[in-house]
Amino acid sequence: MSKYQVDSNGFYGEFGGAFIPELLYPNIEELRDNYLEIEKSAEFQQEFKALLKDYVGRPTPLFLARRLSEKYGAQIYLKREDLCHTGAHKVNNTIGQIILAEKLGKKRIIAETGAGQHGVATATVCALKGLDCIVYMGEKDIERQAPNVARMKMLGAEVRPATSGSKTLKDATNEAMRDWINNPEDTHYIIGSVVGPHPYPDMVARYQSVISEEIKNQLEGLPDYVIACVGGGSNAMGAFYHFLDDEEVQLIGVEAAGWGVETDKTAATLSLGTPGVLHASRSIMMQDADGQVIEPHSISAGLDYPGIGPAHAWLKVSQRATYMAVTDQSALEAATEVSRLEGIIPALETAHAFSVLKDLNLKPTDKVVINLSGRGDKDMDTYMKELNLR
Amino acid sequence: MKNKLTELLATKPSQLLNIFFTAGYPQIEDTNRILSALATAGVDLVEIGIPFSDPLADGPTIQESSKKALENGMSIERLLSQLEKQDLDLPVLLMGYLNPILQYGMKNFCKRCQEVGVDGLIIPDLPLQIYLNEFSGVFEEHSLSNIFLVTPQTSEQRIREIDRHSTGFIYAVSSASTTGSKNQFATATDYLKKLKDMQLETPILTGFNIKTQSDFKTACEYVDGAIIGSEFIRQISHGEPLEDKVKGYVQSIR
Repeated sequence: MSKYQVDSNGFYGEFGGAFIPELLYPNIEELRDNYLEIEKSAEFQQEFKALLKDYVGRPTPLFLARRLSEKYGAQIYLKREDLCHTGAHKVNNTIGQIILAEKLGKKRIIAETGAGQHGVATATVCALKGLDCIVYMGEKDIERQAPNVARMKMLGAEVRPATSGSKTLKDATNEAMRDWINNPEDTHYIIGSVVGPHPYPDMVARYQSVISEEIKNQLEGLPDYVIACVGGGSNAMGAFYHFLDDEEVQLIGVEAAGWGVETDKTAATLSLGTPGVLHASRSIMMQDADGQVIEPHSISAGLDYPGIGPAHAWLKVSQRATYMAVTDQSALEAATEVSRLEGIIPALETAHAFSVLKDLNLKPTDKVVINLSGRGDKDMDTYMKELNLR
Repeated sequence: MKNKLTELLATKPSQLLNIFFTAGYPQIEDTNRILSALATAGVDLVEIGIPFSDPLADGPTIQESSKKALENGMSIERLLSQLEKQDLDLPVLLMGYLNPILQYGMKNFCKRCQEVGVDGLIIPDLPLQIYLNEFSGVFEEHSLSNIFLVTPQTSEQRIREIDRHSTGFIYAVSSASTTGSKNQFATATDYLKKLKDMQLETPILTGFNIKTQSDFKTACEYVDGAIIGSEFIRQISHGEPLEDKVKGYVQSIR
């Protein structure tokens, strides 16, 4: 087994585990005991693959971006997760988890969301399966991602505001976990990223690993670089997954620096964080000297999170992947550039990944794959405001 | 293990009243005032909450008191130095989430707890297995009881395992909920009866959603005592003098 994969106790090196209150023990135990077996069953695989193909629209294209390639002097390929149904990679995971939830006999689905993409992807699969859906979303995010809130409601989900703390993704996650504590038997919690207690980081990574599986099939030879933005880290983990043991492939995760890593308005967890336990796993997190969680800042709601998946913490510490941080301003510039050079408006989260191209010292023979994790429709309010498009 | 908690429990007491409050709430210096008032009012043991920014297992009341306490400047160091100034004749437990304790350093934390007269710890997000693998030695070294939670969903097998490793009492959560929910405590009696019938080695106190004397008496029919947190915090949140509020509420329960 790869040294970068989860071990039998649910750890990636020193990170991971399930630091759950006893109240959640039966729920987590049920998942831990069943997720692999269910995923490996022919029945699951058949339904998962069929839905990814006919409902999500997979495989997503791997597009050679000629004008970007020209500008940066390399062969730049875009993995078009933005073309997935619902507009982002998030749906790969929710398809997997909704089938799992059904097999476990759950009737009620809860989720947390930041940018709203995971909330929409969850509301979508709940509609598809006729299950009740409650999405927790920070009050601040409800404001800045209004179109996604409306989409969730139109899909029949109930959107509950998280009003504690920074009123963003961290707090929505707290509220979802509290809901699960209060509803331990009939409810499945669809976590949207590779965070939370074991087995979530591994389970979500497996469902997202279709991204790198397809890249491997679509690209001739191995890429030199795979680049993805990182909040909790699900699109990055999906894009890295099948390259983890190909050590010659450079894996680059791009975090949100917010106003800058030297300011207190940032979400660059791996640049600034230290080891700790947040949302029931040991990882790297932004915290003060007393171990209180520091409230992050990023212009993109999907990256506005003070933690990161334990697998990424391990990839960083073991130096398998490199993590960079990009400011709000640079992300906005990159979003404009990708729009004008390739005719693709990326999500604000995704724009961070493009912003590191200029810092990589690329050679013309370099094959670079950027995971274009989501489209920018949901961010038009922010783009209009920040880029003076009114 | 010998500490004030195990000494109390060794006398096979019944109807134990354990009051929970958040350190540094409503005001930073209220920790010791509340402790003294609780001792005077005749509670049997106290549980002091170390505030955390992200208290996963807590409902709105304790979330709010934790937030206020952090704004007041409460921290582990501050709490320990407050406790150092007081003679703690009652058994005292600290309840806190794992991360602030890890940052403080578990070894040093346990050492300081013993020095200031703390008898046990409740760390809700420290799983049994991690405790056994990494921390049980240091708890024992400093005579700290570790209090585990069980819930109506906990299997009998796991309850027995927790019973084997408990060094104080078992904290039986009365319903599947976060703290201070609107669930009625009265519905928990089947579960408490089941626990009683298991005839565990370890005494049991029950908590979550206990608000009134009637809840308390009901709990004590089945187990050795009860823990009141959110309702106590609501009672002392407003108005002075704090001492009267504490005394009044404890009297209403006893």
